[in-house]
Amino acid sequence: MVEKKKTAYWLTHLGLIIGVLFIFFPVWVAFVGSTVSQDDIIYPPIPLLPGPHLIDNYANALFRGGPEGYAGASQVPVIRMLFNSAVMAFGIAFGKIAISLLSAFAFVYFRFPFRNACFWLIFITLMLPVEVRIYPTYEVVANLGMLNSYSGLILPLIASATATFLFRQFFMTIPDEMVEAARMDGCKPMRFFFDILIPISKTNLAAIFVIMFLFGWNQFLYPMLLTTDPNMKTIVMAVDSMIPTGDDYAHWPTVFASAMLAMLPPIVIIITMQKFFVKGLLESDK
Amino acid sequence: MEKRVVFKGWKLPILLVTPQLIISAVFFFYPSGQAIWNSLFLPDPFGLKTQFVGLDNFKFLLTDPYYLASFKTTITFSILVTVSSMLIGLYLAALADRLIKGSGVYQTLLIWPYAIAPAIAGVLWLFLFNGNIGLVSWYLQGLGYEWNHNLKSDQAMFLVVLASAWGRISYNFLFFFAGLQAIPKSVIEAAAIDGASFWKRFATVVLPLLSPITFFLLVVNIVYAFFDTFGVIHTITSGGPEQSTTILVYKVFSDGFVSQDLGSSAAQSVILLILVGILTVVQFKYIERKVHY
Amino acid sequence: MKNMRKILAALLITLFVSSSAYAKVEIQWWHAFGGRLGELLNEQVEKFNASQNKYTVVHTRKGNYSETLNAGIAAFRAGQHPNILMVFEVGTASLMAAKGAYVPMYQLMKDAGQKFNPKGFVSAVSGYYTTTDGKMLSMPYNSSTPVLWVNKDLMKKAGLDPEMDLSTWKRVGNALDAAKAKGIGMPFCTCWHSWVHLENFSAYHNIPFATKANGFGGLDTELTFNSPVHIKHIQTLGKWAQEGKFTYMGRRNEAGKNFRAGECMLMTESSAGYAGIKKAAKFEFGIRHLPYYGGTKAPQNTIIGGSSLWALSGKSAEENKGTAAFLAFLSGTDIQAKWHQDTGYLGVTTAAAKKTKSSGFYKKNPGTDLAGVQMMRNKVTQNSKGLRLGSFDQIRGIIDEEMEGVYSGKKTAQVALDSAVRRGNVLLRRFERANK
Repeated sequence: MVEKKKTAYWLTHLGLIIGVLFIFFPVWVAFVGSTVSQDDIIYPPIPLLPGPHLIDNYANALFRGGPEGYAGASQVPVIRMLFNSAVMAFGIAFGKIAISLLSAFAFVYFRFPFRNACFWLIFITLMLPVEVRIYPTYEVVANLGMLNSYSGLILPLIASATATFLFRQFFMTIPDEMVEAARMDGCKPMRFFFDILIPISKTNLAAIFVIMFLFGWNQFLYPMLLTTDPNMKTIVMAVDSMIPTGDDYAHWPTVFASAMLAMLPPIVIIITMQKFFVKGLLESDK
Repeated sequence: MEKRVVFKGWKLPILLVTPQLIISAVFFFYPSGQAIWNSLFLPDPFGLKTQFVGLDNFKFLLTDPYYLASFKTTITFSILVTVSSMLIGLYLAALADRLIKGSGVYQTLLIWPYAIAPAIAGVLWLFLFNGNIGLVSWYLQGLGYEWNHNLKSDQAMFLVVLASAWGRISYNFLFFFAGLQAIPKSVIEAAAIDGASFWKRFATVVLPLLSPITFFLLVVNIVYAFFDTFGVIHTITSGGPEQSTTILVYKVFSDGFVSQDLGSSAAQSVILLILVGILTVVQFKYIERKVHY
Repeated sequence: MKNMRKILAALLITLFVSSSAYAKVEIQWWHAFGGRLGELLNEQVEKFNASQNKYTVVHTRKGNYSETLNAGIAAFRAGQHPNILMVFEVGTASLMAAKGAYVPMYQLMKDAGQKFNPKGFVSAVSGYYTTTDGKMLSMPYNSSTPVLWVNKDLMKKAGLDPEMDLSTWKRVGNALDAAKAKGIGMPFCTCWHSWVHLENFSAYHNIPFATKANGFGGLDTELTFNSPVHIKHIQTLGKWAQEGKFTYMGRRNEAGKNFRAGECMLMTESSAGYAGIKKAAKFEFGIRHLPYYGGTKAPQNTIIGGSSLWALSGKSAEENKGTAAFLAFLSGTDIQAKWHQDTGYLGVTTAAAKKTKSSGFYKKNPGTDLAGVQMMRNKVTQNSKGLRLGSFDQIRGIIDEEMEGVYSGKKTAQVALDSAVRRGNVLLRRFERANK
């Protein structure tokens, strides 16, 4: 019986380890690919252990967009694209949180004309994923002169019913006594908002921040359409465009180094803020 | 459920909801209205001239066997992605739940792919199965199995499903794991006393308890497969071969931005809009129930 | 509101122009070249920028041919388009139909007072980009025609004479049989399926690809590439694919990689594969004429592929002047001769072709003149002048899809080509309607 339990215990670990390996496998290969030379890759098979070119490859990708003489994708330094992605992701995360907090606050703590209508208008946007309205949205952004600009990358994506709902739901759980007390003290609504509501929403804010940051960082189709200037590319869309169609070879070490750099910030955020992220995810989608 | 205690005044709250309303109007309602409007017209690619064609764009679409096929492709693809990623997620969650110590470590090791953009996941898997140099395809070739997802539609489908499901496992794991942890141990122990084996207990006692989560994940994963896998398809197959991996969302893009057929693209948007509407109602019904219990 | 914006824009422009009166005028050029061709293109631009101080040409690669065309069209709709757009031959009809989207070449040169002689271009090339009444609309940039590339080392390995006659598909078939028997992994591969095996195939065998003189005669053209001869050829390719003699690598020129790496023995690809092959091949290679079917008479001529440069409209007169200057520079004899010799693209001006010949280049590099010969060997017929079909990029997509079905063994050539013709015709009608 004990024997059997032990085997079961190790089998459990074994199963999990296989799962973990499966999850790690493609990323490990990408990491190895970012440390070897082009020849190591185009004459298969690619080695399974890292090579000596880590620093070259990352330096080439970050500061030159590829090695000298390689007329591949864009030659825009990856560091520039990382910057673009960061601006976009932070912009979307903060923008979303700001406007959703405000409207959730209005919905929960006020009664005003057309409240229900407004609520439904916002709710309905859930039904309109970006992909469904790409072309017209592209035209709107173009007409506003916002192609190739950070505002064009950020604004269309910050209206989100999801965040509004989450905050609304959270505010509902806050005991009425707090508002009452605040009102007794003659506290103005906005003071209540800043001094009481925001501080007690800290955990939720962090959770939503993580989710929205990932959402912004990982955008693909949108930036692909809205940017024509290579200097405005975001890293996620750039990695794809580094693989040429046709008879060009991609410079794979650069592709891999860029892919690693594209994954790193969101992974770091998700792991360091795991507690908030898990909480946020479990609550947000329910 | 409404707050009983509220602040007075109506100007401030209207001011507060204005930013979101404006953004929604400019970037949601106006473009969606445009999509509906445009679906009745046939413009030339450069936008120099256009003509009213009534419902002809829809007629054009609905008589195109490839458009109808892309419905089927979408359904096959979504089911495969949803089922495979949920099964693996559930399996890993069940294993992690058995551990008394160390399950947290596994959680950390398993959840991070959630942070990886589908387009990047696509690039990683594309390399592994790249015809000339890919690691997996190279070894398969060595074993005498010919890999060519540029030509073989079942291989192409397998690859896009694999890449899409891979990134999704972490999400499903997380929810199942949380669900399992929430089941009181006494329930399971009671079953254990009856002498039922682990997997039998799992099937008869645990799974039914997980059914709300399972249903929720089903909906969310289908939505994911419908809309968020664009990057995977674009990087790996661009919808080919023979449109065998062209899901609906990809077709809107490829007809609109690749083929420059804006009339058809707009008509597809409208059809999608209706579809999403239905999905959202299903999802919302579920959310509502959650909110109220 | 609109006026307001115009006034504002005008104000901004005056401000900008006055503050940077001495800055150079920037000319944007979007193109599709990476790799070796990208390097050579960059060289041309740098040469131009160094040759004068009024204009700076800035070139940007927008992806492959289709992606570049689409990016250009989308940008045009948004008013964010470049001065010069590279459009591959397939997009020509779409551009031509979009009157108002471009400044015709003859107009651009006239307005800019630029000396420019459209007669200097080889007519087989310029004919593609010229209206029926003789007005040149865009400038031919790179033009090539398909040829057969031979890896002589692999031929020897297959026990074949590397100089053997490969002029007909039957002989090619025999060579592939031998190669397969000797265990050559990839006896045959091809790039640009539709272009080589249907479009050029039609011209070469002097059979119509579409009615109305392949579309030159009007928008109401219909596809006809499902004739018995076409079907026979595609069926042969399908059979080879099933037998492992032909490996499908992708719709564009993906197979070029395999040829350069020395994996593929025979490849049909553009004559412009030369740039990359010459640079990378570690084996002896040869160039042959495109094979044909012996049953027909001697082959007609092949048609071009490649791109031309379109000056998009909506730019200031000053910028258009720069565009004109740059395009005139590109059509110069030295530039053209060098481009021809470096890349394997045809010498598109007669002067460049002459210069190349007199320099002894063809003697030193046997086979490099084949493409030119093959294109101009006969008097052009209605079937061999080229193609002018709307939405042709999409139609090619359809053809590629259907051919994939043949190669994978799911469809017969008859079913696939019939379906491609039917689906293509639907798009032609839609194009006709949108451009009425």
